[in-house]
Parts: sequence; C-alpha cells; structure tokens
Amino acid sequence: MEEHELTAVVESLLFVSGEPVSLEKLAEVLEGIEPDRIRESLERLRQIYDVPGRGLQIVEVAGGYEIATRSDCAPWIKALEKIKTATRLSRSGLETLAIIAYKQPVTRGEIEAIRGVDSAGVLKTLMERRIAKMVGRREGLGRPMLYGTTREFLQYFGLKDLSELPALKDFREVAESLPESESIAEPAADVAH
Amino acid sequence: MSMDEQQTSYAVKLPAFEGPLDLLLHLIKKTEINIYDIPISLITGQYLEYLDLMKSLNLTIAGEFLVMAATLIHIKSKMLLPISETDELEDETDPRADLVMRLLEYQRFKDAANGLETREQEWREVFYRPPAVGSGEPPDEVNLVDLSLFDLLDALRGIMQRAPEKRGLEIVVDELSVQDRMGLILDRLEGEESLTFNSLFERDTARLAMVVTFLALLELIRLKRVHIIQTELFGVIRVWKNMNLPLS
Repeated sequence: MEEHELTAVVESLLFVSGEPVSLEKLAEVLEGIEPDRIRESLERLRQIYDVPGRGLQIVEVAGGYEIATRSDCAPWIKALEKIKTATRLSRSGLETLAIIAYKQPVTRGEIEAIRGVDSAGVLKTLMERRIAKMVGRREGLGRPMLYGTTREFLQYFGLKDLSELPALKDFREVAESLPESESIAEPAADVAH
Repeated sequence: MSMDEQQTSYAVKLPAFEGPLDLLLHLIKKTEINIYDIPISLITGQYLEYLDLMKSLNLTIAGEFLVMAATLIHIKSKMLLPISETDELEDETDPRADLVMRLLEYQRFKDAANGLETREQEWREVFYRPPAVGSGEPPDEVNLVDLSLFDLLDALRGIMQRAPEKRGLEIVVDELSVQDRMGLILDRLEGEESLTFNSLFERDTARLAMVVTFLALLELIRLKRVHIIQTELFGVIRVWKNMNLPLS
C-alpha cells in the first residue's frame, strides 16, 4: 500500500471508530503493514490536520488515537443544540477521583479515610458517569469492593494513559506550599469573631 | 419582616468545605501557622467557633465535623498532660502527628484534584464523534454490576417476548407455587456454581410459569440465598448461589 493510501485508510478508521483506536488495533486491521509505517501515517495525518483552517485534530488519548474537534471551536459546537457537554465534576467528585486515580485499586474505606467524609454518594455518581468502576474485591475481612478509573476517565481528562498523570506531591512539597497558597474567598472567622 | 430589617440583614457566605480536614486546612492557611507545629489550642478554638457559626446559621453539621472536634479536644488534653516517666515511650510521639499526616495526605489529593480540574476545563472543549457504526462488541471496560430490579424486569420481558403467546384453549392446572420453584432453582444450583438467568426459564412454556419462576428468583434474592451478577453491560445475567449462608 502506498503511503498516501495508508494515510487515507487510517483516517477513515479513526473517523468511523468513535473511540480511541490503538496502534495494535490498527495493525490488526491493516494486516501485514508494519506498525512503524502505521505510526508514521498517524503522524502525517496529525500534521495534515495541524494547520490553520481545520476544525479537527488527531489526539492521542486513552491508549489510542481519535479524531476530535479543536477547542477553539467549542463555543459554536455548544451552541449547536444537539451537543450536550458533560456537567463538570463537583469538588468532592474531583477529590474522590484524584484518590482513585492515584491509589487504585482502592476501597471506599480508604477513600473516606483520606477525605475524612462519607464518600458513598460521590462514588456512585462517578460510577454512573463511568469515570470510575469496580475493579474487584480485596481479599480479607468483608471483601470490600475495589475501585479504579476507566477508559472514559482517560478520555475525559485527555490522558494517554495513567502514567501521564502528574506525580503526586510529596509531603514536604505540600507542607511548603501551605501558608501563602490558596485563596478561599471570604474568611468565615471574621464573621465568627 | 420589616423593610428596615430586610435592609440591614445580610447573607453570610460561607466557603463550602468538603469536610473537617478541609476546614482545618483552611484555618491553618488563614492563620499562617506551621503545619508541623500547630498551636492546637488556637486551632481548636477557631474550629469550634466555626461549628458554632454553622449551627447558628442552621446548617446541618455532618457527624464527621463533630468527630474531628472531639479529636482536637483529645489532642489538646493530651498536650496539657505533664510528661511522666512511666509512659515515656508513648510520649515520644507528638499527639498531633497523626492529624498532621492526615492533613498533608488530604492536601496532596486536593492538589491532585486541582490538577484534574485544570485538565477537565481544557478537555471539556474537545468533542469526539460517537461510533459511526453500531459496534457489535461489548465495551472492553465493563463494570461488575449488581443488578437492580429493573434490569431483571427487562430481562424477564425479553424472555416473555420470545415465548409464544398462546391464545385460545390453555388450561393451566396450577401446581406451581413460588415455594416449589425456589426449591427447584436451588436444586439446580446444587450441581453448578452459577446459572444464566435465561436458563432458569428453559422449562417454562407458559407465561404464568415464567412469572412464577421470576417471583421465586426475587424471593431467593431477598432471602440472600442467591445473588445475581452481570459481568458486562447488557451481558448475560448469572445467578450465583450464596456460599456464605448455611442452607437451612
């Protein structure tokens, strides 16, 4: 297959798929073609889109490649009634998800120990949105459910894989960042005094 | 309420705290104190004031906030105690150490959550296509779902639709009780560890029989003799014997 033909086929596959297509999957479909050549054609495709005047881009997300819109076009896409944007995650949702993402597989008890509050409801919402899922049970007393993140999680945050998550700060960094950072509006104690 | 009162009263806006740890971190940051050397008496005072404020505003205070209040007071009292020779070992650890670790650990994940939020903002502006062709494959990532009654009802409807609806003469001599059917299901489960939902209905030709089987299944679930699991979305529903219970 010629280079331009291969690029065209790859483009069509990404267009039709509607989910991230892994290099392995592409290699499987394009039987007999070197994965290196497929990778090259993906790169070529990426460059073809990466020019002014295009509303689409090739993104590498959740272990695969996918065609997506450019973020500059978002306001008009949202104005198109058919498209509904996912509701943003709540603060508690993000906190819970951060714990799941970094500590998975993790039990609800472990999440609650870190957050210091009941997290059953938040967890349920995350599962309903398919951003988190049950991944099994921990052996031992009560065999508690273990939770982890999903492919939808990677897509939602535009991550190639979990290793793309920034490293957790260590305790020293956290402690150092404490005094001057954070601007929670309206200090409440002013009212209390 | 008179006009005057309306004008002088104002709404107090409280920062929303995710929990007691969040509130404590806020107090620590606000007072700009060293987290490794928290003036526990000061912070406990501020914390309790805050709870009072919440109370006076008729906010419901979650139990966790009260537990933390108790913890703070406990730490405070421990720090007041003179260090005695006998429990020297115990006193080597700062009574605040545990709390500090918890606060730092929590702050780590708060920071991580901020990171996620930034990404969220960025990637919410990017849209993907839904699959163009209905993919026959189930999704690779599936939740191990414990099913709701509605999922079961859906499955039952599927089976009933497949059953020919016999019209005309059909005399059902009803010898089926839900009780009997429960026994039957348990008997079948004796030999195997699990059965598919559909196979339970194999021998039922009449709709009434199906309903009886279904009711028997619900009853077994209620009694926790069996549990049902679907390992993939829209996948096969399996009925599992509950091993943890003695068959009495």
